[in-house]
Amino acid sequence: MKTNRIWSWLALAFGIIYFVVPLLGTLEFSLRMRRGAYSLDAYWVILSDPRFQQTFTYSIVMAIVTIIIGIVLVVPTAYWVRLRLPSWRPVLEFITLLPLVIPAIVVVFGYIRLYNTASILPLTGSAMGTNILLAFGYTMLALPYMYRAVDTGLGSIDIRTLTEAAESLGASRVTIMAKIILPNVLVAVLSGAFLTFAIVIGEFTMAALLNRPAFGPFLQLIGANRAYEPAALAVIAFAITWICMGLIQVVTRFNKSLAATKR
Amino acid sequence: MPANERRRMSLDWLGVMPFIIFAVLFLIWPTIYLVAGAFQDNEGNLTLANIANLFQPSIMDAYWISIKISLASALLGAFIGFCIAAAITLGGLPAWIRSPLMTFSGVASNFAGVPLAFAFLATLGRTGLVTSFLFNVFGFNLYAHGFNLLSFWGLTITYLYFQIPLMILIITPALDGLKREWKEAALILGATGPQYWRMVAFPILWPALLGTILLLFANSFGAIATAYALTGSSLSIVPIVLFAQIRGDVLQDPHLGYALAFGMIVITGVSNAVYIWMRARSEKWLK
Repeated sequence: MKTNRIWSWLALAFGIIYFVVPLLGTLEFSLRMRRGAYSLDAYWVILSDPRFQQTFTYSIVMAIVTIIIGIVLVVPTAYWVRLRLPSWRPVLEFITLLPLVIPAIVVVFGYIRLYNTASILPLTGSAMGTNILLAFGYTMLALPYMYRAVDTGLGSIDIRTLTEAAESLGASRVTIMAKIILPNVLVAVLSGAFLTFAIVIGEFTMAALLNRPAFGPFLQLIGANRAYEPAALAVIAFAITWICMGLIQVVTRFNKSLAATKR
Repeated sequence: MPANERRRMSLDWLGVMPFIIFAVLFLIWPTIYLVAGAFQDNEGNLTLANIANLFQPSIMDAYWISIKISLASALLGAFIGFCIAAAITLGGLPAWIRSPLMTFSGVASNFAGVPLAFAFLATLGRTGLVTSFLFNVFGFNLYAHGFNLLSFWGLTITYLYFQIPLMILIITPALDGLKREWKEAALILGATGPQYWRMVAFPILWPALLGTILLLFANSFGAIATAYALTGSSLSIVPIVLFAQIRGDVLQDPHLGYALAFGMIVITGVSNAVYIWMRARSEKWLK
């Protein structure tokens, strides 16, 4: 038992060193811009770069649009399948698994060939069309996480009783969706939304190949041309990922304590 | 009543149609289009020539190095991730370590892409923290001893940053499923610790282990952003070759590009299919 515990500490220590050192390295590197002294110069340079502001805003808007499309698409579908079409569940689960199987670069290659200017649906012909295509692509990328989160959330409430109660009070389908189901799975939806945000904000492949001015391609451009700014950007990106994951924990905990007080 | 019921049955499927149409338009049709293109020539006739063209040395090399990197990062990631997961579940470490470690794993497994490449350049690049630390303190020049971040091992070490946490996230529930009674029963019957692992725990865990390794393999096989930001186009792994092909038709043959994409789908598809099958098997024991 004693030796067992020593091995455990060793494994943990190795893990901590491997995971903490690159973070320290990045942080240290990002502060090195001014010669001979640590400074926040790299951060100021990046934050005041108009391209940073533009691409970052673009990606935030893109993430929000993606989250909205995802919610509108996934919540009613998952609800409907659980309520009325249980036999379709394996089909839906298979489809929502596909984005993990088919690499994003392959899917976007398909988009470029299918939705070019010569096709019936020439989405890549205009900037707006390409933005829409990119938002749908991101929705697709986030589908496995969004669907699973919402489906699990729906599993924990009694949607049949809730629906019947609402129907007997004369509620319409839209009312049931917006006022009964969505509030009840809000935590699951928010978890999926934060994860979607974390995925979309720095996504590179799709944005680069569709030629959109997103944050991911900007990161790559800075990485290829600058020395200290990339490290500052990596620190910012890591902080964003942490915030998203932290918010998921917060909403989940909040929900648990709420459920506990209700009982 | 039966007529009413039947009419309703026939309309229920309409509810999932928006989703199905979305999936067909933005996931299934684009993929099928590429797969079909892989088996057609420029005039649209059926052919296997594109697939045969994949077997030229430069493309085979790209597949080979992709497979090697994915396999190395999957095996190492699985091994290290397993050790850490075993340490926190069975190793007698204080219980409070577990929750922050799982949260961190959630973050790190999503911290991929371009910023990850920056982090490793700042750490193991030519002027990175570890590189200069080794040189200043021990006088050891990492790069003079054959190490290069923009290489097979460099990329593998970088990929481990999201592979290890993913392994921890997936395998921890499986390790939790190992019942205490099994170990006690084995020890009472006179088994040693290693014997328990070899004859009881591993036979139960191996479908979960093998399945997760395949998932990690597919996970790194399709990844491009990290590699592209790290190495530019100097390391020809399959996704980077495909990226260059999409940008500028470097293979001078669109249908060869389709075949390249088809090859990627086959590899990630097979490993994911086996993963799902293995997971179903392991769930029999680990409920």
